[in-house]
Amino acid sequence: MKFTTMAAAAALAIGLTSAQAEPVKVGMITTLSGGGAGLGIDVRDGFMLAVKQAGNPDLEVVIEDDQRKPDIAVQLADKMVQSEKVDVLTGIIWSNLAMAVVPAVTAQGKFYLSPNAGPSALAGKGCHPNYFNVAWQNDNLHEAAGAYANFEGFKNSFILAPNYPAGKDALTGYKRMYQGDVAGELYTKLGQTDYAAELAQIRASGADSVYFFLPGGMGISFLKQYKDSGIDLPVVGPAFSFDQGILQAVGDAALGVKNTSQWSKDIEAPANKAFVEAFQAEYGRLPSLYASQGFDTANLLLSAMAKADVKDADAFRAALEEADFASTRGNFKFGPNHHPIQDIYVREVIKEGDVYTNKIIGKALTSHADAYWSECSM
Amino acid sequence: MSLLLLIEQVLNGLQFGIMLFLMAAGLTLIFGVMGLINLAHGSLYMVGAFCAAAVAAATGSFLLGLVAALAGAAIAGALVELVVIRRLYDKDHLDQVLATFALILIFSEGTRWIFGSFPLFLNVPEFLSGPVTLPGGIEYPLYRLTLIVVGLLVALGLWLLISRTRLGVQIRAGENDREMIAALGIDIAKLYTIVFALGAALAGLAGALVGAIQSVQVGMGEPVLILAFVVIVIGGIGSIKGALVGAILVGLTDTLGGIFLPELLKLVLDPSTATSVGSSLASMAIYILMAAVLILRPAGLFGARA
Repeated sequence: MKFTTMAAAAALAIGLTSAQAEPVKVGMITTLSGGGAGLGIDVRDGFMLAVKQAGNPDLEVVIEDDQRKPDIAVQLADKMVQSEKVDVLTGIIWSNLAMAVVPAVTAQGKFYLSPNAGPSALAGKGCHPNYFNVAWQNDNLHEAAGAYANFEGFKNSFILAPNYPAGKDALTGYKRMYQGDVAGELYTKLGQTDYAAELAQIRASGADSVYFFLPGGMGISFLKQYKDSGIDLPVVGPAFSFDQGILQAVGDAALGVKNTSQWSKDIEAPANKAFVEAFQAEYGRLPSLYASQGFDTANLLLSAMAKADVKDADAFRAALEEADFASTRGNFKFGPNHHPIQDIYVREVIKEGDVYTNKIIGKALTSHADAYWSECSM
Repeated sequence: MSLLLLIEQVLNGLQFGIMLFLMAAGLTLIFGVMGLINLAHGSLYMVGAFCAAAVAAATGSFLLGLVAALAGAAIAGALVELVVIRRLYDKDHLDQVLATFALILIFSEGTRWIFGSFPLFLNVPEFLSGPVTLPGGIEYPLYRLTLIVVGLLVALGLWLLISRTRLGVQIRAGENDREMIAALGIDIAKLYTIVFALGAALAGLAGALVGAIQSVQVGMGEPVLILAFVVIVIGGIGSIKGALVGAILVGLTDTLGGIFLPELLKLVLDPSTATSVGSSLASMAIYILMAAVLILRPAGLFGARA
């Protein structure tokens, strides 16, 4: 599957409006087939919406499907760097794929703008001047959930996550902020879809609340089974199990659940309102946080293109660092390790008409940076 | 660790095993009768779940969804047999693996093309939702209990079909000597299509039943397929009884291993290491079980041939 999009080719006729004549070629490697496709499709659609709105003829985007497999992502990255000669890479959803691709491409002098994955290894000692994360560092939403648990007065949380790097980051992040006791801590298999055994342990643990990080289909399964088990404890999760793409599949089991997110469709920023409307008009569905991240990534890139030539890496990097674009999140800037400093909200799942969605009920953390920036030297 | 928790976990393992049995029964039947390795069996599981979700959403009835899952998967299975699989019987296993792997990709992208990339909604019906209290005060979800009962009924039905009916006689004869039963005037082509459709229907039923408590999404069949292969290798390829015993063994090992290995390791290691080492070991447990069975009985527990 491959599409090469010449952004608004028609606009070529109007002539060059931007000061920079040097075109920028972007390689997007993301997950467009298989079980995780919903996330990649949202990132792609958000990104391409911003590209279309800008109508900048100097921006060319090449999109490829990594099938959620690290080996394929590495092959695609090699191809994009060597034969497509891209200047900037972006698009990867999963932390294990990001770890396989990002260090290699930044070492070759390319820029990488992450629209999703933010493994701790790339935020601390493994940071790189050409690597920018536009979404969050993996721990962030979980830290916010820990802060929210304190606010709610939870004293004894049961916490679980899949047994892989982002799962470890998740529970570490939660415990960094959470001040109560841990009633139980479980690492489940990645891709596990049956949680009967874990639910029995939760029931027997005497916990007063449950925190889980189970992205995508794992979260759908967990929430449905949780509701069916009759356990009546408050559940908190990060937005990854409550995004617009999967809420409809969870249905009533998600109603009223609190989740933490750096983005929500009801953030009161003009750029966000315009984004939600434009996305709905373009694709006929509500955007998810992944779509907002794709949209912000493209706008960050466009803002840097307006200021500097991509061939002048130092100037282009400085332009990216300024983050001079209207983020859908309102308050957004980069920390010294090129990871976001931003607000993180608590949302509640509600039903609007027939559609399940989220509304903001409070702010968990304000201008929050990640915990690893001090380990980063660049 | 209380006794109640232990009993609940045994029920969980049993329920998981019974659902694996529905998958493994079709797989082992198809391998036993036709000598075919069908990697696309997981796709039929997915087809069942998607049919159930689509029909349940349109009609509001979970039972109609189940009927649709059985019918949809059986029809998909029969079509696949007529169009593709039929050409593979005389080929070696590598060709079969390649062709059925291609079918996985076609089914996955086809499903995505029809239903989109986002998971579908399929929920437990109202009359089966929520927990029931079992004797001894165990709270257990009614739906999971129903799954155990349905699975056991299907196992009984399959046993009756194979041991008591004319079709069963033909299936058993086909396992032993396919040239001979063809020579005896039995339409072997039709028999193969029926067996394949039957196996597909079982997979579709499993997909729909499990889809209600898990997520109905593209690619949901592949993890189950791998476990189903483990089950039939343990049980002995071609044996329905082996599939049942193997499935329950795998279900119990997987569920109980996930709970007890970390607990056991906590006796000798510090808690966080014990949890991570324990969960890693637990994910290997069923493969260790498979290896052990193969060392002791290379043909599997109930396998007829090596």
